[in-house]
Amino acid sequence: MSLHKPLPHDAAPLHVAGSARYVDDIPTPAGTLHLCFGLSEVAHGRITALDLDPVRAAPGVVAVLTAADLPFANDVSPSVHDEPLLADGTVHYAGQPVFLVVAESHHAARRAARMGRIDIAPLPAILSIEDALAADSRFEDGPRIWTRGDPEAAITAAAHVIEGTIDIGGQEHFYLEGQAALALPQEGGDMVIHASSQHPTEIQHKVAEALGLPMAAVRVEVRRMGGGFGGKESQGNALAVACAVAARATGRPCKMRYDRDDDFIITGKRHDFRIAYRAGIDPEGRIAGVSFTQYARCGWAQDLSLPVADRAMLHADNAYHLPHVRIESHRLRTNTQSATAFRGFGGPQGMLGVERLLDHIAHHLGRDPLAVRRANYYRDSAPARTGPGTARRFGGAHSPAAPDAPQTTPYGMEVTDFILHAMTDRLAETADYTARRKRVADWNAANPVLKRGIALSPVKFGISFTLSHLNQAGALVHVYQDGSIHLNHGGTEMGQGLFQKVAQVAADAFGVDPGRVKITATDTGKVPNTSATAASSGADLNGMAVRAACLTIRDRLAEMLAEKHQTTPDKVHFTEGRAEIAGARYSFEDVITQAYLSRVSLSATGYYRTPGLSWDRIRGHGRPFFYFAYGVSCTEVVIDTLTGENRILRADILHDTGTSLNPAIDIGQIEGGYVQGAGWLTMEELVWDASGRLRTHAPSTYKIPACSDRPAVFNVALWGAGNPAETIGKSKAVGEPPLMHGISALLALSDAVAACGDGTRYSALDAPATPERILAAVARQRGQGWP
Amino acid sequence: MTEVAFHLNGTPVRVAITDPTRTLLDWLREDRGLTGTKEGCNEGDCGACTVMVTGPEGARALNACILFLPQLQGQAVRTVEGVGSPEAPHPVQTAMVDHHGSQCGFCTPGFVMSMVTAHANGATDHDDQLAGNLCRCTGYAPIIRAARALEAAPVPDWVEADRAAPFILPQMRPGESSPLAGLDGGGQPPHPACAMPRSADELATLYAAQPDATLVAGATDVGLWVTKGLQDIRPAIFLGQVADLRGVTVTDDSIRIGAMTTLAALRRAIAPLHPAFAELIRRYGSEQVRNAATVGGNIANGSPIGDSPPPLIALGARLHLRRGDARRSLPLEDFFIAYGKQDRAAGEFVEAVSFPRQPDRLRVYKISKRFDQDISALCGAFNIAVIDGTVTAARIAFGGMAATPKRAHAVEAALLHQPWTEATVATAQEAFAQDFTPINDMRASAAYRLAVARNLLHRTWLEDQGTRASVLEVAP
Repeated sequence: MSLHKPLPHDAAPLHVAGSARYVDDIPTPAGTLHLCFGLSEVAHGRITALDLDPVRAAPGVVAVLTAADLPFANDVSPSVHDEPLLADGTVHYAGQPVFLVVAESHHAARRAARMGRIDIAPLPAILSIEDALAADSRFEDGPRIWTRGDPEAAITAAAHVIEGTIDIGGQEHFYLEGQAALALPQEGGDMVIHASSQHPTEIQHKVAEALGLPMAAVRVEVRRMGGGFGGKESQGNALAVACAVAARATGRPCKMRYDRDDDFIITGKRHDFRIAYRAGIDPEGRIAGVSFTQYARCGWAQDLSLPVADRAMLHADNAYHLPHVRIESHRLRTNTQSATAFRGFGGPQGMLGVERLLDHIAHHLGRDPLAVRRANYYRDSAPARTGPGTARRFGGAHSPAAPDAPQTTPYGMEVTDFILHAMTDRLAETADYTARRKRVADWNAANPVLKRGIALSPVKFGISFTLSHLNQAGALVHVYQDGSIHLNHGGTEMGQGLFQKVAQVAADAFGVDPGRVKITATDTGKVPNTSATAASSGADLNGMAVRAACLTIRDRLAEMLAEKHQTTPDKVHFTEGRAEIAGARYSFEDVITQAYLSRVSLSATGYYRTPGLSWDRIRGHGRPFFYFAYGVSCTEVVIDTLTGENRILRADILHDTGTSLNPAIDIGQIEGGYVQGAGWLTMEELVWDASGRLRTHAPSTYKIPACSDRPAVFNVALWGAGNPAETIGKSKAVGEPPLMHGISALLALSDAVAACGDGTRYSALDAPATPERILAAVARQRGQGWP
Repeated sequence: MTEVAFHLNGTPVRVAITDPTRTLLDWLREDRGLTGTKEGCNEGDCGACTVMVTGPEGARALNACILFLPQLQGQAVRTVEGVGSPEAPHPVQTAMVDHHGSQCGFCTPGFVMSMVTAHANGATDHDDQLAGNLCRCTGYAPIIRAARALEAAPVPDWVEADRAAPFILPQMRPGESSPLAGLDGGGQPPHPACAMPRSADELATLYAAQPDATLVAGATDVGLWVTKGLQDIRPAIFLGQVADLRGVTVTDDSIRIGAMTTLAALRRAIAPLHPAFAELIRRYGSEQVRNAATVGGNIANGSPIGDSPPPLIALGARLHLRRGDARRSLPLEDFFIAYGKQDRAAGEFVEAVSFPRQPDRLRVYKISKRFDQDISALCGAFNIAVIDGTVTAARIAFGGMAATPKRAHAVEAALLHQPWTEATVATAQEAFAQDFTPINDMRASAAYRLAVARNLLHRTWLEDQGTRASVLEVAP
């Protein structure tokens, strides 16, 4: 009864009152110390001397630690142990932590950290994609290449060949709450950590390694984050480990939060990419064969770059059937921040590559881009014959008849749940796409200075961790004697509303009001071995695990009541806060009292693992995803051809969240995802100088969308059909997919730029499409030089 | 012991000042345990630390992260903890819950405070009121829905109480001495680290005696010297109580803007005279920044990208400086000598800037990556008089195009006495390269700056012809 309702976020009343507690708000014990890193200002070099005496002498400083002072592992990497907490002789990027100041206050630590002298003998710094390719600086031995069919032959034989390249900038997460951690030393050397982290188990693991302790001696608690977006999947490790090491060294609680500038300079961001494409197409714009070469700038450490680059490859098709395809992926190592997880995890970049290609094709043929997109869509398919993901069809006016065999992705997965034909029909109608496209053209003919553009693009996003073993989750549910329910699971709350959704799942299982369910902080002591709350998987995995735990308890209750009434447990119904059986009604509290007195266990764990996954990432073949989430968006923009200034005028989005667990939360994810995605591709620009120092390291220089940058008209709707795959409440994951609706904003800007020319030249607008890039593209359209 | 006295959530407090650059944010969170006010960026750019401060200028949203405690003397401070209760939430709080306006919740207290302040003031220009509050989760749509929904809700009683509050503080009774006033108590020596004069005369005496002091007006720039630069700015002279440097005086001949006039106050005063100037100020910083930042500070800090000098120079402004009892004035453009160097002697301060009353011909264009709350890549101001089709006067000034705000003399010369035509514009565009050699930085390239500066002259001409040339004027 609570499932699928648009209830507010569980913490909303606390958010608005300022009483929702984040790590830096937790009252600390007397004597708590505060930490700050001393950073390298050089992108690559050997440390030749380190003078920390002025740091030690600074007011309030208690200790200063270097790599030599770390008793056990000096590593905060989530993957291959290549990421020292403190530089061990060599620095690999400007911003790398070299020493750690432990002081009586946050400000004392910050002041002292600037007093250290780090002498560095510079080594050649590899900063750009070109640098890295020239030096063959990369992760893995060589590029990863997946091929299906004979793309080269298909391209050569095609009527037209389209070639191009797009540069795609990175993105700073700009979670409003910066990275933070607090370590509380316990008896016997144990450690309790409060962290702003999407991955408490990883924090536990890295802290245990750094302290030489078993994981069981470390407990990590995360109540909430002030935003994560992937930036707190691995990037919080350094703070938690630093706090733990310092707490161990001093015997006092230690807290660390990055000042915003440090947060920008130290932590990783979204990978910037260059994607080159070459495609052979038929006269209708259908792709016969295509080759993508993806270059990802991964930064100095491996971190999560391999699965990020894999996911970019996995989304090189987006919604389009590519019969002959080759995808080549270079994971380039550079002396910059280690690029990391960011909402979409490589998917957005891969998807933008093919969307750019389709835009280019449409321009080349002079056809409507939407018609070209639809000509390349995967076809609708009949319900799958075996396994999970049984598809239901939603035929639209233009939907082709469903053939028997589903088409497959470049990596060999059958696309059995494709719904974009019908979704595109619906959005094109509600957004009035065709008529508006005409109006835009008319308007442009009448306006010499300002030009409008419009674009409609689809999203198909694969749901599951591509590292298959991560697709598991655990839960712990207690029911207390008074009938109140304590809910715990491995997922973390970063604002996405996971806790609220899962509480609705639990309330639904017991047939009680969600107010009866007490949401509690994620805690490695309650649910162990959790996966990061990432890959949009939080509600899918933890919702199912919680449901399993609740059903275990509910079944015990049903059995107890059935025995009492001499019937079978299936005759017991839990609904509206009571149990009904054989004409009798008991309040939920009454049932729980009876259970306690009857010595029925009121505590249970739950566990879930996603079925049916198999994936060979080296071959690039298998079924990495449980299902796909879909969406379509249409954006209209206006640009100023004198300055490149631009505005998003209107956005219409139709998005598929299955049968939504909570429509209000899902719409919030879609609106927020769109604006974040549009920000990535328009105004958010990361700038490094020639020596590799990040010049955009605060909100004064790095601009995320502000209030007035949201579309003036912003229509968001849910598709609403249930997920054919067996997911919690037939819902679909929603965290990442809507971000990619921002692609339609870039395509609309490209369309507006195209209106400045005579139609012979493709806009080739790179991202982010800042006013400067737009003005340069306008100049190209007009055949004017750009210095 | 030096103290400041103010109201906090309806209760009078006195705070002993040991460090005059302790921020309100740190004090709230660390000394008072009021952790609802958040630190997001520590530089006044994200709004997570927004509080409502009521004083002589009314109720204002301000960024607590760059607000020093002495600036609060005699004001009433409201934090998110003081606007409602779980039993009786403020209408903003209710609307934000009902409209799903929070996700991660970290920016939410700041939004709530900006919205509470806007609601108290009856302001419904929500995009502008909230331009200084960044949200990374919601895409803003539900927050605006909440803001619209509560427009008609009643204003809580405490808002009126806060308006009355400062005047019942003993320190604010007319004629009574301010505890931080440097020359209080019959000529006692000023506090060595912190002084708080109440008039321009007091300031003149203090500053002449202590010319190495840092003048702190709104602290929207000086604040960052402390929070980011970690500088010790002591001795500091806080100008918040210098009432006679505040305000805009409009006469038949001139407009005089006191140095302590906030950008918010200037925007209100200038709107009927030079609407393009007011529109520029709408995009200057954010509501929180405009409520604190002063015209004098924006000029005196000599930034090449300060937004008020270009239009002021284009309007023919003169700067009025004072040192002790000595006063002088000079054309504003002459004040800016080189990067970081101004024509200002030790102990000399800006009293006012003034410019002649004139027919409004001003056009001002601010170009930045983001429309709201961004620092200009370049900012151009055009004041071109055309009589019978001929340019009879031209004053053009730019920020972001040189090491200082700078007049475009060559461009002006190319326009003067010429017919106001597209051909003249094309010729004059060539002169920009004589006036300006801009730089590459993270905001824009030199090539972009020069190209756009030229195009802005074209935009000026086009708009004179009635051609629509601003994307901000396009409706969906």
